[in-house]
Amino acid sequence: MYTQALNTAETDDRGLEDAAKAAQFQARIDAEERIEPNDWMPAAYRKTLTRQISQHAHSEIVGMLPEGNWITRAPTLRRKAALLAKVQDECGHGLYLYAAAETLGASREELVDAMLAGKAKYSSIFNYPTLTWADIGTIGWLVDGAAIMNQIPLCRCSYGPYARAMIRVCKEESFHQRQGYEIMLTLCRGSDEQKAMAQDALNRWWWPVLMMFGPPDATSQHSDTSTRWKIKRFSNDELRQKFVDATVPQAQYLGLTIPDPGMIQDAEGHWRYSEIDWAEFKQVLAGNGPCNRDRMAARRKAHEDGAWVREAAAAYAAKRTQRQTAQAAE
Amino acid sequence: MATPNTPLWEVFIRSRNGLAHKHVGSLHASDATMAVQAARDIYTRRGEGLSIWVVPSSAITASDPAEKAMMFEPAESKIYRHPTFYEVPEEVGHM
Repeated sequence: MYTQALNTAETDDRGLEDAAKAAQFQARIDAEERIEPNDWMPAAYRKTLTRQISQHAHSEIVGMLPEGNWITRAPTLRRKAALLAKVQDECGHGLYLYAAAETLGASREELVDAMLAGKAKYSSIFNYPTLTWADIGTIGWLVDGAAIMNQIPLCRCSYGPYARAMIRVCKEESFHQRQGYEIMLTLCRGSDEQKAMAQDALNRWWWPVLMMFGPPDATSQHSDTSTRWKIKRFSNDELRQKFVDATVPQAQYLGLTIPDPGMIQDAEGHWRYSEIDWAEFKQVLAGNGPCNRDRMAARRKAHEDGAWVREAAAAYAAKRTQRQTAQAAE
Repeated sequence: MATPNTPLWEVFIRSRNGLAHKHVGSLHASDATMAVQAARDIYTRRGEGLSIWVVPSSAITASDPAEKAMMFEPAESKIYRHPTFYEVPEEVGHM
């Protein structure tokens, strides 16, 4: 049940956490039971999940911006309809996720405000620009492909509402990846210029996409407890490797070259990539990526421009309630 | 901010004729009409439903999960409520 009203805030969780309750909680997790909104949970579990789910939601919402950039310029009506539907899906995914985050006790308004104030993060990938139509193909193919790789294990996350939201999201996401790959395939079978455009997009997106999986396992700060709580089922590096192994043959089919001259296939068949530029990742997370300021400005403007709609809807609802109460009293 | 938080609604969808409405998630809307419209956009983009119910989340009364042991114990101990509790000779056939 996604009911905010049923949730109590972190009341007695802080400080003196009942050791017996914590042990019981871990036992439930170990037994693969799902944790539901009204169940007892450690304050840190609640906090971790609120942060993770709301960041995920913000990413879906901000993720509409780079693709929305191309809706009016899609090359055909078919492509335009598909892109529009995809961007609408991203919005829906954001809303399922906000609803899941709210079951942990935070309000939608608080979560959105934290993002607009720059206090909450969203995925680093959406701070890169979409310069050509091939970027739309690449985002569907690689960005959504990476997201699926990350989200499929989340369908088995220990927190029920998050797992259920992920199941819906994953069902819809596969259309996104396929439409992206189809765009790439069309470009790669097209003129030399079109193929060059596809290669250029891959060159620009490849490394940022690998960064989407987060810092390497050796330095990841949240992984240990998240694994113990079964929020995370695979490490960042494991998922990254799975993604690379799945993607290389797809690139080969397109006739595109992965922009990593050092990449080799090892004896077990895994494609080993070169060192990732983590300094760039840190810069983008710190707000210094190519589009961070643009994205935040666009979200803030959308929120401010929508204020009158929220006010009018609230005023109308209040007026109707008042009238109904008055009629009932007559 | 002067505008109050937008109320939360629970959404139920009936997928095919003959099946009951099923809880699919929740959304925020300022009134019932807008909640139904938003539910259409958020939860039925791929023909998932033929009918939508929206219910204010605050109108739901739920059982307390902390008391689930006591609440549901009476059902667990009454195995004679299940058909397999009763023995029927094989010769009698399917019953």
